[in-house]
Amino acid sequence: MSFLSYLINGISLGSIYAIIALGYTMVYGIARMLNFAHGDIIMVGGFVIFTCVSTMGFPPLVGVLVAVIACTVLGVMIERVAYKPLRGASSLAVLITAIGVSYLLQNAALLIFGSNARQFTSVVNVPSLKLAGGALSISGVTMVTILTCIIIMAGLMTFINKTKIGQAMLAVSEDTGAATLMGIDVNRTIAVTFAIGSALAAIAGALLCSTYPSLTPYTGSMPGIKAFVAAVFGGIGSIPGALIGGILLGVIENLSKAYISSQLSDAIVFAVLIVVLLVRPTGIMGKKITEKV
Amino acid sequence: MAMLEVKNISISFGGLKAVNDFSVTIEKGQLYGLIGPNGAGKTTVFNLLTGVYKPDTGTILLDGKNITGRSTIEINQDGIARTFQNIRLFKELSVLDNVKVGLHNHFKYSTIEGILRLPRYYKVEKQMNERAMELLKVFELDSVADYKASNLPYGAQRKLEIARALATEPKLLLLDEPAAGMNPNETAELMDTIRFVRDNFDMTILLIEHDMKLVSGICEKLTVLNFGQVLTQGDTQTVLNDHRVITAYLGE
Amino acid sequence: MKKNKLLIQNSITYAIIIGCWILVQILASTGHMTSLMKGLLVPLCIYVIMAVSLNLTVGILGELSLGHAGFMCLGAFSGAFFTNCMANVIPSVQVRFFFALLIGALVAGVFGILIGIPVLRLRGDYLAIVTLAFGEIIKNLLNAIYVGMDQSGFHFSFKDTTSLGMDDTGVVIIKGAQGITGTPKAATFTIGIILVLLTLFVVLNLINSRSGRAIMAIRDNRIAAESVGINITKFKLMAFSISASLAGVAGVLYGHNLSSLAATPKNFGYNQSIMILVFVVLGGLGNIRGSIIAAVVLTMLPELLRGLNDYRMLIYAIVLIVMMIFNSSPKAIEMRSVFMDKIKKNRKEAA
Repeated sequence: MSFLSYLINGISLGSIYAIIALGYTMVYGIARMLNFAHGDIIMVGGFVIFTCVSTMGFPPLVGVLVAVIACTVLGVMIERVAYKPLRGASSLAVLITAIGVSYLLQNAALLIFGSNARQFTSVVNVPSLKLAGGALSISGVTMVTILTCIIIMAGLMTFINKTKIGQAMLAVSEDTGAATLMGIDVNRTIAVTFAIGSALAAIAGALLCSTYPSLTPYTGSMPGIKAFVAAVFGGIGSIPGALIGGILLGVIENLSKAYISSQLSDAIVFAVLIVVLLVRPTGIMGKKITEKV
Repeated sequence: MAMLEVKNISISFGGLKAVNDFSVTIEKGQLYGLIGPNGAGKTTVFNLLTGVYKPDTGTILLDGKNITGRSTIEINQDGIARTFQNIRLFKELSVLDNVKVGLHNHFKYSTIEGILRLPRYYKVEKQMNERAMELLKVFELDSVADYKASNLPYGAQRKLEIARALATEPKLLLLDEPAAGMNPNETAELMDTIRFVRDNFDMTILLIEHDMKLVSGICEKLTVLNFGQVLTQGDTQTVLNDHRVITAYLGE
Repeated sequence: MKKNKLLIQNSITYAIIIGCWILVQILASTGHMTSLMKGLLVPLCIYVIMAVSLNLTVGILGELSLGHAGFMCLGAFSGAFFTNCMANVIPSVQVRFFFALLIGALVAGVFGILIGIPVLRLRGDYLAIVTLAFGEIIKNLLNAIYVGMDQSGFHFSFKDTTSLGMDDTGVVIIKGAQGITGTPKAATFTIGIILVLLTLFVVLNLINSRSGRAIMAIRDNRIAAESVGINITKFKLMAFSISASLAGVAGVLYGHNLSSLAATPKNFGYNQSIMILVFVVLGGLGNIRGSIIAAVVLTMLPELLRGLNDYRMLIYAIVLIVMMIFNSSPKAIEMRSVFMDKIKKNRKEAA
């Protein structure tokens, strides 16, 4: 039974990674950039909810809604101010700028909220589920997290396949030049991608902080990196890949914490990533790329 | 003995036979042309000859030695050097250094000797500089030796690619569309250069070209490739007057 | 002509370093050195070595590495481990430090080869994430390992001190998350400067040699390099492992500058690797002198801004973003060239 509970908790953690990884993967697919600041958007989302709920006393759902709006605006603003001027510049220049944005968000949060960890009140008020006569207990947060991930995934797939802007996103990720020629507004498409990614980051922030209730300016940074690993794991640029990669990562992390060593769990996660990439150099669902001579 | 003897090589990509049962024999010192419409598989033949792709079937003999399935690096050391259709220079390096990279396997000193600046470093570097300048002179690039390669005009970049290939001291030189993007004057000049290289470097040359003036002007023999297969081969004039060749280029 | 230009350029770089050393000596002897500045001197040398060596991988070889701090970590631990183990065998701290430097360089270099063999087949962003992963693994393992030494030899454990199972003579050298404590503080600014000069000597001479040209040829066009008979794997590995081993040297310097050495996210995590990368990119890819200047300026900047207290890192972040946009944005580059043309024109008209 304990194995099952570790597994379920792993899937739940993996669902959070998957939601964050979606943001990484979409932005990479469309703008060809590693958005290192993505993890810090999660942290911003967490602090917005914290302020709304714990300081101002709003109901949790309102807090989440405000966080989603705030992060969406923030994400689009960051893209506009920091990344858009660098379109066409080397990918390394964009990477460094993203790192700068990450520093900026962390230190702004540090300035406003200080470095002490804040106690985050869970936004989920669902009672836990007891199965097998109480031997297996699944917490409310876990269930909500997994459910949210499924809903987001389904919604996103529908959005991309059924709407015009979703199709435009696909087109831009296939071939930016050709998309421009077909009359697609690439700048707008990228802005929408950032908006969606950041909104998802806010939701991920709510779920992450509800599961691990301690909130600091650096809260988003490690989950961000791990979600990035998950995205690469699944094949960066691929949406189903982000889901698979995220869940796998969460499960591996939780099981190795439980059965091998909690100190070494990160090392194990990274080691699995390396093995996967050596066997499949573009990730599980990634497309094979060949260079033409 | 022939310099290059290719027997029945084939390769397919995902079911499509890109090159099918291709054979050719090139004698030492010959200037040989490989022509055909776009997409006929000419560059694929070059990639097979230089080990970028391994042929599914068939054998390649260079100067009597079987080089089938060897790696690009080994084949270069065996004696095949090439240029590329889309110019591939070492852009950030100087013109001189581009040629010196070509000399890499012929003028040697160890990395340690290089870092510690031992006497051999100075001696070999001096030899390399002299040899590289000699080659650049042939292509009239000696005056721009210090320029960054990417700053050269297009025609000069094509010439530099040939110089770099020659630096590896090949027996067989493969030129992939050397006249692409050149104006008639530059092409005429290039024809002289290619002839000069053949005569003075004792070189066997196989070239892909669309410019029929260049092909008929310098090639002694031709092979025409169409849909990955040899359409015809033989003396330049005979081949160019073959009605099948004209049909392949212009359609029915 | 070109040869001389190169010689002059390299000499200027060496001269800058020696000039800095002289300047610091003068300031120190006249008492113009704050203790804050004094504490910064060795770290400055460490960061310069890190930046120059990373430039070899990122700028000269053209492969993005986000795990450079991992090699520094290996150097720091192997160096400090040696110094502590040999405390009874070699009494002189300086001699032990000298050998520790060699060992740190060797260990990091060997790991560079071991990691490089599988990893360097990957390209671009994938290589970046895998190097980041390796850096994190190294940090993580060294943070969890316990190593002790007694009469019968070395004992390892990933659990705790007692499970090392040593006899009475046993000493714990690496104590899990606490790391290595009690390393003599052997690093001085002068030694740091000598190591910087040594790093420069290796990197600059490598770049301007047969192997260096091969490495840069691979960066500029891998397929063409292969076609002229350059062994891609060999030279990629060479550049990567030399870069790793110099980072190892920086690590040994780091380990001997503090009495207690622990692997934390702050000193050996990916954030450190990224900070070094920032030095390299801002200094200019492939520009060695640029790396030195960027490393010094960006290490000093937060310290100089100390008066601004909490705002300093915020300002640092903004400066970083603005500099990147100003340096690399296609629009900014265009505007700059238009501006320069105008100046030239004005000058001509004035003349």
